[in-house]
Amino acid sequence: MSVPGIQESRTAWRLGIITPGRKRAFFIAMGLLGLALPLAVYPVFLMNVLCMALFASAFNLLLGYTGLLSFGHAAFLGSAGYVTGHVLKAWGWPPEAGLLAGTLVATLLGLVIGGLAIRRSGIYFAMITLGFAQMLYFLAVQLPFTGGEDGLQGIPRGTLFGLVPLDRPLTLYYVVYAIFLLGFFVIYRTIHSPFGHVLRSIRENEPRALSLGYDVDRYKLVAFVISAGLSGLAGSTKALVLQFATLTDSHWHKSGEVVLMTLLGGMGTVMGPSVGALVVVTMDNYLSGVGDWVTVIIGSVFVVGVLAFRRGFVGEALHLARNFPF
Amino acid sequence: MRSFASLLMATMLLTLPAAAPAADKVSDGVVRIGVLTDMTGFYSDLAGPGSVLAVQMAVADFGGTVLGKKIEVVSADHQNKADIASNTARKWFDENQVDVVVDMVNSGTALAVMPVAAEKKRITLLSGPATTAITGEKCTAYNVHYTYNNWSLANGTGREVVKNGGKSWFFITADYVFGKSLEADTAKVVEASGGKVLGAVRHPQSSSDFSSYLLQAQASGAQVVGMANAGADTINTIKQAAEFGLTPKQTLAGLLVFISDIHSLGLGIAKNMYLTTAFYWDRTDATRTWSKKFQGHPDNKKKAMPTMVQAGLYSAVTHYLKAIKAAGTDDADAVIARMKATPVDDFFAKGTIGPDGLFRHDMYLVQVKTPEASKYPWDYYTIVKTIPAAEAFPSVEAQACPLAVKK
Repeated sequence: MSVPGIQESRTAWRLGIITPGRKRAFFIAMGLLGLALPLAVYPVFLMNVLCMALFASAFNLLLGYTGLLSFGHAAFLGSAGYVTGHVLKAWGWPPEAGLLAGTLVATLLGLVIGGLAIRRSGIYFAMITLGFAQMLYFLAVQLPFTGGEDGLQGIPRGTLFGLVPLDRPLTLYYVVYAIFLLGFFVIYRTIHSPFGHVLRSIRENEPRALSLGYDVDRYKLVAFVISAGLSGLAGSTKALVLQFATLTDSHWHKSGEVVLMTLLGGMGTVMGPSVGALVVVTMDNYLSGVGDWVTVIIGSVFVVGVLAFRRGFVGEALHLARNFPF
Repeated sequence: MRSFASLLMATMLLTLPAAAPAADKVSDGVVRIGVLTDMTGFYSDLAGPGSVLAVQMAVADFGGTVLGKKIEVVSADHQNKADIASNTARKWFDENQVDVVVDMVNSGTALAVMPVAAEKKRITLLSGPATTAITGEKCTAYNVHYTYNNWSLANGTGREVVKNGGKSWFFITADYVFGKSLEADTAKVVEASGGKVLGAVRHPQSSSDFSSYLLQAQASGAQVVGMANAGADTINTIKQAAEFGLTPKQTLAGLLVFISDIHSLGLGIAKNMYLTTAFYWDRTDATRTWSKKFQGHPDNKKKAMPTMVQAGLYSAVTHYLKAIKAAGTDDADAVIARMKATPVDDFFAKGTIGPDGLFRHDMYLVQVKTPEASKYPWDYYTIVKTIPAAEAFPSVEAQACPLAVKK
């Protein structure tokens, strides 16, 4: 795949004004901002952004770093939400067990779907993932426990580890923030490990990676499973935050939305998907007054984004910083 | 839940003696009504901007103030998505001090908002959604389901059509929870009234081609074809039924059809169909007066007559404002108790709101007129029968709502 990210990885040594110290300072500043933000902005909205940011980051691991375009990632988000909702509501499990159950189911689904899908590449890969996602969507419509189009409502938030009651939005926010940071850290470490380098080499030139002796299929599968599991974690957390799981999260629109978030924010950048998620969720939320025009506006933003800054918001910013004349 | 019930009883006891010393207490000095509805999607004609208008009319007719405080109306589009509905409601409660959220056409959005409202102790007045779960197993203490529900539609159309000679039925059902439960409810009523269900066929949501389903319905030889679907699906079924020559021999029974659907279909296609409605503009002088005012309102761009959802909303909001006035406060516990304790008697309906939150009132079985019988614009229905409240809605005891259990 010829993506703008190629240039960056080849010239990774060329950092321009970005020094390791500045990079660390930036991450710390962002982390602190995340801690302080709920005091100024409505926490439930922020939690929604965090869940979608984790989802998009997990997706980016696959698209941006392995070069696999999955068009069925909503399946993991949605099914994890249903599983978490069901075990919390019907079986009365504590929230941490609910989150784990959702994540685990998404991971297993990732193993099955990924195992089959990685046998093909390009458009066929995308279609297989979409096919599976549609099957799971059908199950979500038909199975009794999901509540069909009414959704699974009134999921209790419970008490985390039996100690922290999650009823207050602010408490819940910090829990969600911790989950997000954990997921984000896993992705960051994956990208910056030798394993991540192999993934990137597969993205750049799969036959060459194969000729170097890497078991390409296995690497792809592991990346797919990690991505699915983290998407599931995002879906489980979302169900806990919003206290319901609905068809929206399993619908293929969601699979499209996550592609949009990733491309807008910057495919193949660490922060890009989060920025994209922030932009898309904000538009979704604050433009809800204009109704169906939201899709038209998001579509226009996407077209402008793809035409004017193809590297995405973060990609362009990094590009500028790297080529800064000082 | 049981503690809710006892709380309710306690507040009732406390507030019933009039002139309660609660003093006039309106939280943050404004009564804010949030209209959460579908502004641009499938349901925008039957609810949408017309719902917002109905609420604004209710507020204006009430005088714009209650207990000397201003009444404000805000509105938002839930796009038929439960997550957007719940997020909007949460934001309204947390940041905008909205006191009551109304309408919520589409059951999924209603079920998503109700628990949020109950948790924050704010009231929900539902006019648009249909599912019986709202006042059944998923009921909340701060909710009123005002206009209609699946049960009333199934009972109205099912029982009365069988009584009028439509003994054998075939269902064309949308293959999702709403359609299936509507079919099951209606089939039960049809059989209990001495009719027979010959079969049913399921179609996926938002189908465009109903030919195979209609052919099966035709082959079944049933007298009545019940349409357990909604919106565009119903409209497509009716249109294609006319094209297939189904309708002169077999009668269509619409289980969820609004006057806005009939208006867009035209009488030529919809004629002779049976349906159940809570409101018809041309029923009495009072309904005519109000509906013409609604139709002629400068904000009513399409000059459409009100649907039952919109008329019900006007009535519900007026009842809510009256309850605030009577209770002397906009405190949710006091207001909801007052709403349930006071019978409703206006142009829309007469009836009472039960402890489960369901407003029980008369419903009407109507038949769509033929183009020849229609004398003036919007002259669409002949009222076949008034279904008394006791038959139109499930009794309190029959509800699966924990609040309905008398202790």
